[in-house]
Amino acid sequence: MVRNPSNRVQFRPDDHDTEHFLLTTVVGSYPKPTWLSLAKTRAENSDAAFDDADLREAYDDAARVITHEHERAGLDTVVDGEMRREEMVEYFAHRIPGYEFNGPVKVWGHNYFDKPSVVSEVAYDEPWLLDEFEFTAGVATKPVKVPITGPYTLARWSFNEAYDDTAALAYDLADLVNEEVKGLVDAGARYVQIDEPALATTPGDHAIVGESMERIVDGIPEDVRVCLHVCYGDYSQIYPEINDFPIDEFDVELCNDGYEQIDVFRDPEFEPDLALGVVDVHDAEVESVAEIKRNIQQGLKVVSPDRLTVSPDCGVKLLPREVAYQKIANMVQAAREVEAELDAGEIQTAAPRQ
Amino acid sequence: MTELVATTPGLFPLPDWAKSELSELKGRQKVDLISGDESEPVVSAYERARAEVVDDQFDAGLDRIVEGQLRWDDMIAHPLAVHENVENGRISRYYDNNNFYRNPRVVGELTPSGDVASDLSAALELFDDAAPLQAVLPGPYSLADLATDEHYGDDAEFLSAVAEFLGTEAESFPSHETLFLLEPSLVTNPPDDDLAAAVPEAIDVVAEESDADVVVHTYFGALDEKTYAHLMDADVAAFGLDLVAADREQTVYNAVEYGVTDDVALGVADGQNTLVESAETLRERAEWFIEQVPATDFETVYLSTNTETFYLPVNRHRAKLAALATAAGLDAEVTT
Repeated sequence: MVRNPSNRVQFRPDDHDTEHFLLTTVVGSYPKPTWLSLAKTRAENSDAAFDDADLREAYDDAARVITHEHERAGLDTVVDGEMRREEMVEYFAHRIPGYEFNGPVKVWGHNYFDKPSVVSEVAYDEPWLLDEFEFTAGVATKPVKVPITGPYTLARWSFNEAYDDTAALAYDLADLVNEEVKGLVDAGARYVQIDEPALATTPGDHAIVGESMERIVDGIPEDVRVCLHVCYGDYSQIYPEINDFPIDEFDVELCNDGYEQIDVFRDPEFEPDLALGVVDVHDAEVESVAEIKRNIQQGLKVVSPDRLTVSPDCGVKLLPREVAYQKIANMVQAAREVEAELDAGEIQTAAPRQ
Repeated sequence: MTELVATTPGLFPLPDWAKSELSELKGRQKVDLISGDESEPVVSAYERARAEVVDDQFDAGLDRIVEGQLRWDDMIAHPLAVHENVENGRISRYYDNNNFYRNPRVVGELTPSGDVASDLSAALELFDDAAPLQAVLPGPYSLADLATDEHYGDDAEFLSAVAEFLGTEAESFPSHETLFLLEPSLVTNPPDDDLAAAVPEAIDVVAEESDADVVVHTYFGALDEKTYAHLMDADVAAFGLDLVAADREQTVYNAVEYGVTDDVALGVADGQNTLVESAETLRERAEWFIEQVPATDFETVYLSTNTETFYLPVNRHRAKLAALATAAGLDAEVTT
């Protein structure tokens, strides 16, 4: 069962011009400023006069700059671009007792991943993202969204030495995510996104993700918006099952293949709000505002405007920074133009659900 | 008396220093992957890495030494990836893993290449006759399955051409004791009825060109009954069977129902998990299989990882090799 998608109204800016409101957001990652990499290299060199405190300052500065860059692009909800995170599994595995690291493994070619091993029961120790959230919320004037790697992906993209199967590990991790989300909510977070890219590669495991989501939202107030992001897969294998997940919003990547799969979500009726990828994160060519407006209207085939969120297909960290910025800025402008056209009755849509 | 032989299917992880050095030298993008005409610094890095993984195998005490296949950026699709009449297409998922390879598009005749033979000769120079060399090739069915044919036009004809190509590669190998033909696609994407009977013929075409004991090594699970039954027509020394996969009972069933080769290779160590099994556990897994196939008195049982080991970090890969060697050396009385 979906939770309470109407909680999106809290993200509508007070001074929003149009009657219609398409929530604009991002999936999370953003290109890091070049100097941040240099700072990290420098901090690793014990001879350099650049210590951990200096590096923390650099991370804070990067997070501040990118949060403001998101605001400048006009987004309704912002992220710090995941400036403090290098890799979506490693970051969390380093913070979860029960994980250990043995060294890099190949993903493809000469791209490697420090794939961790779960060697004992996982546990919750220190908060994972509280500092990141509090800092970002402190420098942002817009609501902050918190992306968290989902328990199924954390389980599936690790070596499992300790649990009977992926499901058992995922459920224990889901309980930890629940604890983390509770802490974030106590600190003021109102928009949380669970990233489960691993589901796209093994869609037959959708029930594990569904059960994990039940655990994650246990005790989380309904005014906290919970989004699930799944990218680069055959959505027909997980839809309509996701209609039964306890989420407010389902975020999909569909721009990448020209909305070939959009019809998957039209029957049966889509239950959560739809967060639709409207710019391609694997193409460095910036889509025009006109093209993005057409992409946004693909979403209106599935849900009414009051249930449509627009975002890039996925994290934009692999794009050149200026391309990433321009894509997001164009995306926001396209959303605002579509809203105005909806107000003017120039775009036909399905009626809002009562 | 059964001889236990500790070995691996090859395709090892690069030593960590080589991961860094080669990614700096070659780059990290699709266009930077191995082409067959590497620069001298790249060749040198691979030579040093090869020497290290050969030493690792001696240190572990394995009974067969593989070259390590460190240049195989595209995993078992490699022999096509470096071929002059092949264009490397889109990046594709490598079986059900979070690993990717360049899908080779065969656009011309698969003429002899000699790429694999050259690496094997380089490996052999490192240890000469100090231990038996084991060659590794993709099996013809898996290589055809991983590739896209834009030249031969017909599945059976393409399989046959890939087999002929692999045969010419094997023919040019230096002296080797064992040849592993890696055939995971027989499990993950079994041949349809039209092609099933052609698979053992294709394997024979390759096997005939090698004087060594040929092992058709299957993994990522059990073969289906029909594929297994057809495979029994292949004239090879051994099947390699995955005893780690959850459906291993099916593997036992196949062997009991349809018979098995005179020798057998048993994938007893998990090539995709960092948990290092004890030598005793590896032996128990082998005996679990052997005892249930009582009609066969195997001459040679190869103890191996089920899959390639490039999925593992180097320390765990090395520990698995050592455990396999220890398992093969354990006194049989210990576990029977």
